[in-house]
Amino acid sequence: MGYWKDIVVGGWSLIEGMKVTGRALFKPVVTVQYPRKHLEMSPAYRGHIELKIFPETGTHGCIACGTCQRVCPSGVIKVQGVKSHARSGKVATHYVIDYTRCSLCGLCVESCPTQTLKFSTEYELAGDSRWDGVVDLVARMEDSRS
Amino acid sequence: MAEYFPQPAQQQIYSLNLGPQHPSTHGVLRVLLTLDGEYVLEADPIIGYGHRGHEKMGENRTYLQFMPNASRMDYLSGLLYNHGFCLAVEKLAGIDPPERAKYIRVICAELNRISSHLLWFGTFLMDLGAFTPFLYCFDDRENILDILDRVSGSRLTYSYCRFGGVSRDVDEVFVEQTRAFIKRLRSRWPDYHNLVTKNVIFIHRVRDVGIIDKDLARRFGVTGPNLRAAGVAFDMRKVEPYEVYDRFDFEIPTGTKGDALDRYRVRLEEMEQSCRIIEQALDQMPAGPYRQERVRLKVKPPRGEVYFAFESARGQTAYYLVSDGSPYPYRVHVRVPSFGNLHCLTDVLKETLVADAIAILGSIDIVVPEIDR
Repeated sequence: MGYWKDIVVGGWSLIEGMKVTGRALFKPVVTVQYPRKHLEMSPAYRGHIELKIFPETGTHGCIACGTCQRVCPSGVIKVQGVKSHARSGKVATHYVIDYTRCSLCGLCVESCPTQTLKFSTEYELAGDSRWDGVVDLVARMEDSRS
Repeated sequence: MAEYFPQPAQQQIYSLNLGPQHPSTHGVLRVLLTLDGEYVLEADPIIGYGHRGHEKMGENRTYLQFMPNASRMDYLSGLLYNHGFCLAVEKLAGIDPPERAKYIRVICAELNRISSHLLWFGTFLMDLGAFTPFLYCFDDRENILDILDRVSGSRLTYSYCRFGGVSRDVDEVFVEQTRAFIKRLRSRWPDYHNLVTKNVIFIHRVRDVGIIDKDLARRFGVTGPNLRAAGVAFDMRKVEPYEVYDRFDFEIPTGTKGDALDRYRVRLEEMEQSCRIIEQALDQMPAGPYRQERVRLKVKPPRGEVYFAFESARGQTAYYLVSDGSPYPYRVHVRVPSFGNLHCLTDVLKETLVADAIAILGSIDIVVPEIDR
């Protein structure tokens, strides 16, 4: 009795399972054909960091205070700045990040006192050498403007 | 006839390395099996391939800088680890987050728990040879990742919680998306049950296999769904309610025997209970600030120590922090559930078949980087 019951109940369970997969055949496709179609990243997406350009000044607001450099868990940020004359504040001339070692925690963006850092929504990052990941953000910003 | 096929004079005992690179070990884990034919005589899990020294790293960086590390120990429930670490430091430094932040954290943590269980569901069945459920549950999991991506900015290693709040506020869209997701997940249960729970092949593979009873669980420190499957209703969210878990009405699903089928049922039921918690939290979530502004970047807790235990997706997890009054912790120790869950296999795998060994290994839901850390 148990033997035949097992066969009937078990066989029916397999048919039930096939029904689920059969229904899935007629449902809309959920995957995106990636290289041909790109997804929009959410505004919160944490990519690598970038310097923001403020429209009032037309440039970044980095004062080279080094807060991001100190707060970074992996030590990937190096900032250098100069004073144009004795009374003026510092302005960053170099802002180098080693993106290959960045863990994208976002502490630098949160700690920035002038809010001049933002995340980019870029996600297609590949290079031939690991030095491709080392970027000077000030130079990059100037390149993008010219 | 018998002289043509002479019986071996003695048993042919040999050892087999399962792993370190094997699809069913879920990471770099090696299980040294001593086999007699297809029977396992002895099993010895060998760990340490993924050691990155997270505890040591904690000693030479500030509390806030250790935050990204916390989600990299157990990458499947990173938010829960972030959450627990935040709570431990808040307890040590006496920071009180605003009400809204507490609810946001609980909702996101429970979403993360569901996503972790869904991934376990897929990989466990893939270990048993069923490929289709894997695709369905990854479709569901993708929804959670999208929701969490929108609020935290990351899909796997969230680093979302901060001392005294969370890094970004949630909006109406998040609430709508979460409610829609819960509705969708509930409509999927019948499919999952038809596809897997009632499946005769599945039942015969997991029923009465790999029994972890109360006694064994106590000896090895097994916690989480594996312990609850043995019939012990032990859940840190109920036993020592932290955050706002005492305000929600939810049950702790338990099994009876503690075999692989019970563990499967408990986890499936736990996802439903997580849905209930999220629904209640969404209803109760107050408006207000999402982060306490007065917390300094370099948190300096007073001299002292704290032990804080919470329930991650795999069981009781705990942080033990010792502070000497400086911005750097003196010691960061993490109690991970997978260690105990894995090492009870030395007893459980004895006298089972190799095919059952894979089913048992899959059913206890280990994350190896968490053990090695």
